[in-house]
Amino acid sequence: MAVQEATAATDVQRANVGDYIIILENVRKRFGEFEALRGITLRVKRQEVVVIIGPSGSGKSTLVRCINHLEKHDAGRIVVDGIELTHDIRNIEAIRREVGMVFQQFNLFPHMTVLDNVTLAPRLVRKWPRDKAEKIAMELLDRVGIADQAHKYPGQLSGGQQQRVAIARVLAMQPKIMLFDEPTSALDPEMIKEVLDVMRELARSGMTMLVVTHEMGFAREVADRIVFMDAGLIVEEGTPEHFFTTPQHERTKLFLSQILHH
Amino acid sequence: MTAKAEVPPKRKVTPLVLEWMKDNLLTPWYNAVITVVLTVVIFVVLRAILRWALYEATWDVVLVNLRLFAVGPYPEEAFWRIWMSLGVVSLLAGLSWGVWGGRNLTPSAIVGVLGAVLLVLPVSSNVKWPMVGILALFILAHLASMGRTGFRRPLVWGWVLSFFVILFLLKGLGGSTLLTSVPTSKWGGLLLTVLLAIVAIVASFPLGVLLALGRRSELPVVKLFSILYIESVRGVPLVTVLWASAIILPLFFPKGVRVDNLIRAMVGMTLFSAAYLAENVRGGLQGVPRGQYEAAYALGLNYYQAMRYIILPQALRAVIPAIVGQFIGLFKDTTLVAIVGLLDLLGIALSVIAQPEFIGLQREVFVFIAAIYWIFTYAMSYSSRRLEARLGVGTR
Repeated sequence: MAVQEATAATDVQRANVGDYIIILENVRKRFGEFEALRGITLRVKRQEVVVIIGPSGSGKSTLVRCINHLEKHDAGRIVVDGIELTHDIRNIEAIRREVGMVFQQFNLFPHMTVLDNVTLAPRLVRKWPRDKAEKIAMELLDRVGIADQAHKYPGQLSGGQQQRVAIARVLAMQPKIMLFDEPTSALDPEMIKEVLDVMRELARSGMTMLVVTHEMGFAREVADRIVFMDAGLIVEEGTPEHFFTTPQHERTKLFLSQILHH
Repeated sequence: MTAKAEVPPKRKVTPLVLEWMKDNLLTPWYNAVITVVLTVVIFVVLRAILRWALYEATWDVVLVNLRLFAVGPYPEEAFWRIWMSLGVVSLLAGLSWGVWGGRNLTPSAIVGVLGAVLLVLPVSSNVKWPMVGILALFILAHLASMGRTGFRRPLVWGWVLSFFVILFLLKGLGGSTLLTSVPTSKWGGLLLTVLLAIVAIVASFPLGVLLALGRRSELPVVKLFSILYIESVRGVPLVTVLWASAIILPLFFPKGVRVDNLIRAMVGMTLFSAAYLAENVRGGLQGVPRGQYEAAYALGLNYYQAMRYIILPQALRAVIPAIVGQFIGLFKDTTLVAIVGLLDLLGIALSVIAQPEFIGLQREVFVFIAAIYWIFTYAMSYSSRRLEARLGVGTR
């Protein structure tokens, strides 16, 4: 125990977890009376793309928000890239450096230009010099197709452009894992494709991704695995092939019939 | 005939003005009534004021005591120290305008015109030449630094440093012959008012921000302390705080320890202002959406970085009008230190009208100091509007 504490003081501990970059074991979370997560167990491999679907209120968002500790889990274990997620701020910050998150509402910093939005975290957290941060930021903005907007403010961009900036901002931190919390739900229909295209390209490049979405086409095409959640539990998981053709559970069938044939 | 018709009809200025008046002042009929009534009221009031100011008022009381109004009983042989302090401020102001204001010659031109007017006016030469020098310093600094944006950071430190340099210059050192010590009881007038206001504003700002953050902290002790502090200070009038710092506080000091009266007033005003500022800033913090905190933390920023770069810039920008309003109030509240025996601008005014040769001239004196307060507060409000426009409050 004493030895463990000594190592924890110098660096965060890394457990030996083999191929799995995210491990959730029996994770529980409640908001007052409401149990949002009722014992979630999930393992994600490196470079895997996992899409989480389910009706609203099923705990999908809460699940991804627990992984970078935007929500505290009440019970169970979360290990990200070998780092156990405790309530120790060092572990939390270490995990957040490796895990990027894209939000439904983009959450760009409105008082900064697009370029400053992208370079801020690398400069502050990674301690990169400005010119290095800006060079890489411009490459990323080019990759998501908005290099020409670098000196505008977020408020001057369309929703789709803002979300692509948000993705570039996360990529600038060179994360090992990216979490997407309904990244296209706040977008006008004609802008959804431009964001999904960027996400497709990311998945092809080998990024580990955990995506909460209602875009079934995207899930079918890009996901390695689909996880269906309902009422705080994982009901069923499997390949897209399995999921869309031969779902096992009644709840899954009902959900799919509702969203595919509306 | 045809050639004549091609010439566009000349629009006369007068009909345009009349048209504007008709549209904006005279229609419908009740606007016409309001216009007439207000014109009469304005005319009567203005005439009475001008008649009093130009023919009846005895402005001697102001002119004779000008030095008293400016610096109070500050000893004349140390005046050069005040001039030098003003010089430092003027230099820094010129540099700031050059560095932040872009390539714009207007500030220098305005200051140049002021200097020229000053040269022509019949002002005694021991005031005229230092003033001209100070204005010249501004122009030189402005022209030399125009557009050099690289100097911004050192300049900020320059301002911080100047604050201490000026206090040291004005106070001097006990035992020194060049910088003889001037006790703060000899500081007065506008000098004292401005110093009090600047110290209270500059010191209460960081304190207020910390208290606001403390009140929203997740650490129970910090939170409790902030709430207790803010609510107890806000529950007490400023006069009480000043009385307490002037009279009650010394009772708790060990024997022989005497804290300067002025410093006690400065501390009192700072602590008082900080509590109100904290509530203003808290309002701004509450206006920043939760997503901004989450995005900052999710990117790996720690608490300090998230506050410094993401949350506070947005929170403070939203409450600039409230904060400046509070500082304007604070500037005027400095008059309360007259109660604890300090001779600020109002204190000096009270002592001037008590002089037997100026009996019955309160009106002139109060109009004069009211004008001075107005100039300073208007300058603050104007700068705040400029700052808001520059930061694009409400537009992005």
